[in-house]
Amino acid sequence: MSAPPGAALVWELVGRTAAVSLSATAIAMLIGVPAGTALGLLRFRGRRAAATAVNTGMALPTVVVGLVVALVLFRSGPLGSLDLIYTVRGMIIAQVLIAAPLITGITMAAIQALPEELPDQLRALGANRRQLVTRLWLEARLPLLAAVMAGFGHAVSEVGAVTMVGGNIHGQTQVLTTAIVEDVGKGDFRPALVYGAVLLALAFAVNAVLTSVQQRGAAWARS
Amino acid sequence: MTKRCWAVAVLVAAMLATAACGSDSSADGGSSTSAPGGQMVLATTTSTRDTGLLDTLVPAFEHAGKCSVKTVAVGSGQAIDLGARGQADVLLVHSPDAEKTFMAQGHGASRLAVMHNDFVLLGPPADPAKVSHAGGVVPALQAIADAKASFASRADDSGTNAKELKLWKQAGITPSGSWYIKTGQGMGPTLTIASQKRAYTLSDRGTFLATKNLDSKILVQGGQPLQNPYHVIVVKHSGTNVGCAQAFSRWITGAPTQRVIAGFGKRQYGQALFHPDAGAQ
Repeated sequence: MSAPPGAALVWELVGRTAAVSLSATAIAMLIGVPAGTALGLLRFRGRRAAATAVNTGMALPTVVVGLVVALVLFRSGPLGSLDLIYTVRGMIIAQVLIAAPLITGITMAAIQALPEELPDQLRALGANRRQLVTRLWLEARLPLLAAVMAGFGHAVSEVGAVTMVGGNIHGQTQVLTTAIVEDVGKGDFRPALVYGAVLLALAFAVNAVLTSVQQRGAAWARS
Repeated sequence: MTKRCWAVAVLVAAMLATAACGSDSSADGGSSTSAPGGQMVLATTTSTRDTGLLDTLVPAFEHAGKCSVKTVAVGSGQAIDLGARGQADVLLVHSPDAEKTFMAQGHGASRLAVMHNDFVLLGPPADPAKVSHAGGVVPALQAIADAKASFASRADDSGTNAKELKLWKQAGITPSGSWYIKTGQGMGPTLTIASQKRAYTLSDRGTFLATKNLDSKILVQGGQPLQNPYHVIVVKHSGTNVGCAQAFSRWITGAPTQRVIAGFGKRQYGQALFHPDAGAQ
């Protein structure tokens, strides 16, 4: 009854899914790792409130992110003139907002889990601020990579926000998750299963790379 | 053998339902013990949900008898597919060609006209392809294709999508290219996408009226090609709740419910969204 999807379409969807989620994860990492480090290290007024906000953000429903981003990007919205609604760039924005709190929160926890006296020792050894942070990141690289993996996993697997912001437009903004929802909606389960398997393979490939970096780092640190 | 058994069961259930309906004409009077009951799955189209019609009809039907309804609102294509696999007990759909195939394949016990609404061709108020002067929906589609003006298609095998593709065929056009936007989503999201992208689209009137925050305008309406008839189909499949399905079919085509349908939407939208059709065939 249903034919398997053509290879060209599968590759197109894999390419777009990877492009959107990897760039969103990269941007979220650039935001989340420094932000989480600051929250973990610095003592300032409102730090606890900020930490609570970040931890709440880790549980942010992706459809809420999608709703808010869509409203902002709609033609009638505050950023409507940028023409980002139903574009890949709009989807990246939504996924950055989904992945960034996770990466921030896990980074914060990772930095706080380091030995309490480590920053003081490093300062006593004459490390400046940049050297201090670099050293701490090296020490915490295992949980930091876990943070990135969690951010990517959350971004690549969600469907609500990319549907609302991207529109699932064929050939333009359709990704694997929205293609699955569409085919299930049509009662067409075979292509949906193919996309599901491919999505899993994509997540496996990305995480295999990150894990090998993580574990190689661990071996290097022990030697 | 089993088929014949079921035919008999259907017949008996139908007779029981008739008897039950005949005995309590005031809808929520004392229900007899022979009335059908249990859970029933109603597979229907997104348009009946998005307009709010189901929220009016389903509780009234549940109140009138012992059947509790589980509604699955999907595209007509999937609704019919659910019926063919025996996953739904009764269908309320608008995809006449697919329905006729469904009946011809022996999946349905009965198919009755319930109501119709109409399709409208919507577009940005500026109407870049000048379709409002095209004189009908088919020339309008030709004008859109000639101008390569954006057109949002649901591309989801729904009744509306089937209608749209049929109209393109009548226009002698195979739509493709970047101006032809396939959303793969229901009518509500597709209307929003069309409005935001200043694209033309085909919608049932009810969902268009019920969807908020749209900039699109009705540019082509009326005429036989844009009619959208809904039928109620009792599914014939082992394990389905035929009693409740028959009761629902009879209830929705009955005069009181038909009056409710005729009045639905008048207060909220200033016009009726559906026009009762029961007894027309």
